[in-house]
Amino acid sequence: MSNGARLGAPERFVRKFGTSGIFLGRLLWACIPALGRPRLIIAQIFNAGGRSLIIIMLSGLFTGMVLGLLGREVLERFGAETALGTVAALALLKELGPVLTALLFAGRAGTALTSEIGLMKATDQLTAMEVMAVDPMRYVAAPRFLGGFIAMPLLAAIFSVIGLYGAQLIGVQLLGVDRGTFWSQMQGSVGIHDVTEGIVKSLVFGAVLSLIAVNEGYESEPTAEGVGLATTRTVVASSVLTLLLDYVLTAAFM
Amino acid sequence: MVDVRDVHYAIDGRPIFAGLNISVRRGLITAVMGPSGTGKTTLLRLITGQLFADSGQVSVFGRDIDSLSNSEIYATRKRMGMLFQNGALLTDIDVFDNVAFPVREHTDLPESVIRKLVLTKLEAVGLRGAAELMPAELSGGMARRVALARAIVMDPEVLLYDEPFVGLDPISLGVILRLIKQMNQALGITSVVVSHDVQELATIADQSYLLSGGTVVASGTPQELARSDSETVHQFMTGSEEGPVRFHYPAPDYASQLLGTDQE
Repeated sequence: MSNGARLGAPERFVRKFGTSGIFLGRLLWACIPALGRPRLIIAQIFNAGGRSLIIIMLSGLFTGMVLGLLGREVLERFGAETALGTVAALALLKELGPVLTALLFAGRAGTALTSEIGLMKATDQLTAMEVMAVDPMRYVAAPRFLGGFIAMPLLAAIFSVIGLYGAQLIGVQLLGVDRGTFWSQMQGSVGIHDVTEGIVKSLVFGAVLSLIAVNEGYESEPTAEGVGLATTRTVVASSVLTLLLDYVLTAAFM
Repeated sequence: MVDVRDVHYAIDGRPIFAGLNISVRRGLITAVMGPSGTGKTTLLRLITGQLFADSGQVSVFGRDIDSLSNSEIYATRKRMGMLFQNGALLTDIDVFDNVAFPVREHTDLPESVIRKLVLTKLEAVGLRGAAELMPAELSGGMARRVALARAIVMDPEVLLYDEPFVGLDPISLGVILRLIKQMNQALGITSVVVSHDVQELATIADQSYLLSGGTVVASGTPQELARSDSETVHQFMTGSEEGPVRFHYPAPDYASQLLGTDQE
């Protein structure tokens, strides 16, 4: 790690890729025994998910409201405002729900995970566990990874549902789109594969983002500056990877 | 109990140990002293199997730690306790759960037994009343005592203390000193105390090692060290700036650097 500064950018990337790969292997291995400790995982689902709930719900509501406003205005130009329900549902389920939730998740839960693990490392808590013959990979990293992985799709689902309510609130209640048409159009044209696409995306984002957050915390330099840098890296890497993977997954579902 | 034989260890090419020999005998308090940066903490990490020597042998309970599998190292660690400089308590659980942590992780004892066990250990360090406090609510000395209770809760055969006296007020320091002695005498725990507080160590240690430059420069009882003719030992024991251990980090000539003559 310490001689990383002397390496060029490509070497550093390869090294980072390699260490993250090894970390992922160890993490998944540690997840097997960690699954037998549901209490630890539930606590982490609450940490990553429960504590992000308010911002996810608020963001979902506003996103849906914007969809209602814009959707109605744009669709009206084509005389198709009755399709508002379909447009809002497809946009939220396939794209906005998983992606915006992932970006918010990285900022709220990802940073919390990285800084928590980084500080545990800086204050010798991880070393203390090792000396007490408790593998911190099993006790700290795996439950946090699993917690984030499980929380992310749930948050994305909540985001989409609240978003739909927001779109309905503006489109139907405020701008006068027919309520029956709004819901029946949606019911008629949204298929199970659209929902599947959203679920798969949020599962992938959940796994990748939790891995990044846990890995950055675990590998951070055990200093105040090191933990700060690791937290920044979590947000940057998570955001960029979310958008990149979003493109790949969208293309795959075409 | 713990044998370190001709150990060489380097970090990023910088040698920390060059032929280190230390032997910790059962039932005694062994002090490892040395100036800051001599690798005292590294030594403890070698003993607990978190680091491995580049060459030489570290054996614990008669087995070479280098030859053990991962699970054997974990099994060995269950027979050791370690007190960290800052306590290293888990910050998200309270004092009681911190002390109970190793027991809950390694045994299937019923909660009623764990409760008695934990309260007994907390009583031994005088903090039974603090069981429900969070680590953030403890003073430095209290945190270290809780960490000590946690370190002894599994009844280890060896206790490793990493700089147990740093930053303590005189009362806490006296308490920690008394506890180290007590753990050793009452429970028969073999103790390794790593520190640079010479005066404190002299009062409790049965055997002392003085490290400098990656190797043991002197060993013996504290009284023997105090009588030593070695300049390094004398400098360290008296805290003098003059002597073989330099106060100044190597630097270019002072006058020429101030006057800027060493620059191009």
